Amino acid sequence: MNLDFSPVLADWPALMKGALVTIELTACALLLGCVVGLLVGVGRLNPRNRPVYLLCSFYLLCFRGTPLLVQLFIWFFGLPQFGLTLPAFACGVLGLGMYSGAYVSEIVRGSIQSIDPGQNEAARSLGMSSGQAMRKIILPQAVVRMIPPLGNEFIALIKNSALVSLLTIHDLMHEGQKIIAVTYRSLETYLVVALVYLVLTTVTTSILRHIENRLRAGGMVQ
Amino acid sequence: MSASDMIRIRGLHKAYGDHQVLSGIDFSIEKSQVVVVIGPSGSGKSTLLRCCNGLEVAQQGTIEIDGVALLGSGSLLPEAQLNALRMRVGMVFQSFNLFPHLSVLDNVTVGPRTLRGMRRAQAEALAADLLAKVGMSAKRDAMPASLSGGQKQRVAIARALAMEPKVMLFDEPTSALDPELVGEVLQVMKLLAREGMTMMVVTHEMGFAREVADVVAVMDGGRIVESGPPDVIFTQPREARTRSFLQAVLGPAAA
Repeated sequence: MNLDFSPVLADWPALMKGALVTIELTACALLLGCVVGLLVGVGRLNPRNRPVYLLCSFYLLCFRGTPLLVQLFIWFFGLPQFGLTLPAFACGVLGLGMYSGAYVSEIVRGSIQSIDPGQNEAARSLGMSSGQAMRKIILPQAVVRMIPPLGNEFIALIKNSALVSLLTIHDLMHEGQKIIAVTYRSLETYLVVALVYLVLTTVTTSILRHIENRLRAGGMVQ
Repeated sequence: MSASDMIRIRGLHKAYGDHQVLSGIDFSIEKSQVVVVIGPSGSGKSTLLRCCNGLEVAQQGTIEIDGVALLGSGSLLPEAQLNALRMRVGMVFQSFNLFPHLSVLDNVTVGPRTLRGMRRAQAEALAADLLAKVGMSAKRDAMPASLSGGQKQRVAIARALAMEPKVMLFDEPTSALDPELVGEVLQVMKLLAREGMTMMVVTHEMGFAREVADVVAVMDGGRIVESGPPDVIFTQPREARTRSFLQAVLGPAAA
């Protein structure tokens, strides 16, 4: 076996440009996923609020129950049939973000429900509305518990983002495939691409650990 | 029944499914009265107390707090008025329920700042007074996790007082405490009683009932079987059920 990384490394700037696209894409999708996940997670807390609960459950059913690749293709190839043609990047963000939001919503719901009901009772007994109790008392405690599972979700999102290379988005994976098309050095290229993904996920992990430690030091966790 | 009633309960019934928890409670608490509710576990004491600020909803009956109908024929006050009423009804829980993400000071100020529109400085001055009253000034910047049970409960009392309530409900405030920490919490409650706070206290502390209560109410099987001044209840109870309960908690000699 003779490995030759030089043609891959010669195209290093292209890979870095691709990595930047991957970072931008996942950052946008992450933001979307968190916003959607928070709303849906809170919306599924109270089954007695029937319309909201059913709507949020339907979203979860669809977006968690179907393959991400299928969802991405629907955004990219399906929507134009309704006269709605979005840029590829927007399709990538929507596809990844809405998919991720489904998982985030369950993390949000689980964390909120893990908070002792006595916390809500104490807040309500002071006279707080359910919204005030949620914002001032429940969510600040729940957020700390969300961080470890959210870390998993963020890492999954970074890795899943490789699928958007199939939507003509010039992300890290796409740039790697372009190099292979020219050099035929597939093993070397994929090894380098894998290494760059590994760096991205490792940096994300350490950032999240840092945030969690700061919250713990601030007394947010018992 | 008089115009000076702080809490007025009429015909209160509550069931969880088939299990009847409260079966017809008629009871009033006058302003500045200290009422201690005793009785065997499962008799409905805590449920009755929790009905008095709408944490539990009874299916039948009425509850008036300070002239406001909290519960009218089985339906609770609308949300906004309920929240306004709760500001005037302080609650202290068996398990403290301090907010673990907030310091002692912030636990006390979060209510007035969120609900009474107080500025930080004003709320902190109020909190400082209340923490001094419950003997917790030295711990104002501590986090709840670092406090003992007795200290937590004293902070919880200060937190409830910060809303300047007209009546305080205590749900077994010392039951989760190590025996040596019970005294410091009862001390604070005695202080409140002396200051004329209207109090409804569910407890197993018979000594506190005897010493502080104006009225002792004995519950069994979802009813108040007997109520009256502590001397009468503890020395010459009318009801057989009161006698057997007191014998069980105080030993045969006492009753």
